Amino acid sequence: MNIHEYQAKEIFRAAGIPIPPGEVATTADEAEKIARKFGGTVVIKAQVHAGGRGKAGGVKLAKTPEEARDAAERILSLTIKDLPVKKVLVTPAAEIATEAYVGVIVDRASKRPVFMVSPAGGIDIEEVAAKTPEKIRRHAVDPRYGLRSYEAMELGFFLYDDVKQARAAAKIMQQLYSAFVASGGSLAEINPLVTTPSGDVVALDAKMVVDDNELDRLPNLAALRDETAEAPSEVEARNASLTFIKLDGNVGCVVNGAGLAMATMDLVKYYGGEPANFLDIGGSSNPEKVVAALRIITADPNVKAILFNIFGGITRTDDVANGIVTATKLNPLKVPIVIRLTGTNEEIAVKILEDNGFVAMTDMDEAVQKAVALATGKKAA
Amino acid sequence: MSIFIDNDTRLIIQGITGRDGSFHARQMMEYGTRVVGGVTPGKGGQKFDETVPIFNTVEQAVAETGANASVIYVPPMFAADAMMEAADAGIPFIVCITEGVPVLDMTRVYPFVREKGARLLGPNCPGLISPGKSKVGIIPGRICTPGPIGLVSRSGTLTYEVVFQMTRASLGQTTCVGIGGDPINGTSFIDCLAAFEADPDTTAVVMIGEIGGTDEQDAAAFVKAEMSKPVVGFIAGQTAPPGRRMGHAGAIISGSAGTAAEKMEAFEQNGIAVARRPIDVVQLLRQQ
Repeated sequence: MNIHEYQAKEIFRAAGIPIPPGEVATTADEAEKIARKFGGTVVIKAQVHAGGRGKAGGVKLAKTPEEARDAAERILSLTIKDLPVKKVLVTPAAEIATEAYVGVIVDRASKRPVFMVSPAGGIDIEEVAAKTPEKIRRHAVDPRYGLRSYEAMELGFFLYDDVKQARAAAKIMQQLYSAFVASGGSLAEINPLVTTPSGDVVALDAKMVVDDNELDRLPNLAALRDETAEAPSEVEARNASLTFIKLDGNVGCVVNGAGLAMATMDLVKYYGGEPANFLDIGGSSNPEKVVAALRIITADPNVKAILFNIFGGITRTDDVANGIVTATKLNPLKVPIVIRLTGTNEEIAVKILEDNGFVAMTDMDEAVQKAVALATGKKAA
Repeated sequence: MSIFIDNDTRLIIQGITGRDGSFHARQMMEYGTRVVGGVTPGKGGQKFDETVPIFNTVEQAVAETGANASVIYVPPMFAADAMMEAADAGIPFIVCITEGVPVLDMTRVYPFVREKGARLLGPNCPGLISPGKSKVGIIPGRICTPGPIGLVSRSGTLTYEVVFQMTRASLGQTTCVGIGGDPINGTSFIDCLAAFEADPDTTAVVMIGEIGGTDEQDAAAFVKAEMSKPVVGFIAGQTAPPGRRMGHAGAIISGSAGTAAEKMEAFEQNGIAVARRPIDVVQLLRQQ
């Protein structure tokens, strides 16, 4: 789960990390008031779950409250990577001497939390990794001990020669690690971590991704989810326990299991079609999930054909068949549907479908070819 | 022969009285797996389906039954503890089916299990089956048939699809292993490839990967350096957009690292025959 910068900053601040004050506004009026309260130059930052918001015009400096108002108005009218900006963070502009990067992620290869730090901050860390890899230092943390002081100091001295600054950075990294673990993070990042002309070390930005699997035991974190900042179809899917990602094609796919769902999309492409989405109805079968899946898919006007590909293991194919019958009675389909199912209770499922006027297929390749043909208007090969 | 499980596997089921645990306990027993006990705290002394003794702890179960494998069907927030309990009780082979285990939990479980000398398969995996001998987990028994092909996969239902097509084409299996799609799992592709290489009955191996991470690339290098048996590969997620999570936490691609194209290229460069479609696995196996 993504959380906003202002939310991540609250978490980091609570862990003791020095972060300048800031307040959230949802209107230009509010932004103006906050800017007036802070006085001086402020930064207005879009709060949106998309990278590259600076390049998209989502971050602006404002020297006066009036400028803050204008900037907020413009930013609040933006849509960045299909996501409308609903909130801005208003924060006093900081004087910057140097910019560094500090981040911690869970690394698959070492199977540990790994710190990544660089004195070349303020820009995309992938860019630093590609162009000047020597400016990045990685350090795997043993989760039984956490980030020990001497390890943090080694990283601190990689960022700063000055011992006071190295020590300040080390402390920040230990605090970041604590916040990361306590919040069930899969990523926590400060970019940039800056030094001010007076020598202080301060975090100007904050990013955190929370492991979805942690949310059941971290209700305070789960409460930070901002559904208005997510694509509506993905919110509906999640509430129905489906995994859904919208794409640009015209073959709507409903599949059980992530691997089979991806393989099905690949096969759609292989036979000359374009998948309209990734949709995994998951392991346990429940006709309600199928109803929700069909509602989400048919809401996409690009979809010209719907393809079900179900390999019943835990999933009972008769449950899926019942879901299809229920859903199409509720909302009759306007586009053709191709149903492939095999596995658990297949005979029952086929009978349910055929009794209700559907054709059930058992071969994956044949079903995909048929769906592509229906979506594109071309004949199946 | 087979890898990891066979007729000598004596299995206990952690969470045997739960909804999933009880259903799959029956499926495994029906398949012929030797289920020697179950663990549900508070139900020690009772019997599951009037035949399988239930214990309060894994330690008691091991002492009473001589179990040498455990399969875990407990809810995600308890799964880390269950894996460590099994390892601490001396179980050498632990399979965790549970989906949704927090990844930070796994950063602690993995080193613990290793220190105890146990092998962990999963979490978030379908388990494994040695057709005709034993199955541990949830892979449907009827889609498999005994034979000389080893299969290792990061996926669940996609594995079933490929195994089913192999079985229909009379290409039987020594063992089918689902290693799971989570970012941190106990057993890697390489662990399975090494085991298949050492298994005299396995003549060829199928490896099914996904976008995300570099496990498939590492496995491809291993195939070239260490394996004499032919390997056929498939990668799911060729049409996945970069940077999106597609169900499995493992299937995250950021920029160029971990794309399907990159993995397929690594396969080809290391002598692995690449199937473009799941059905092509059958054809490629016949050519080996």
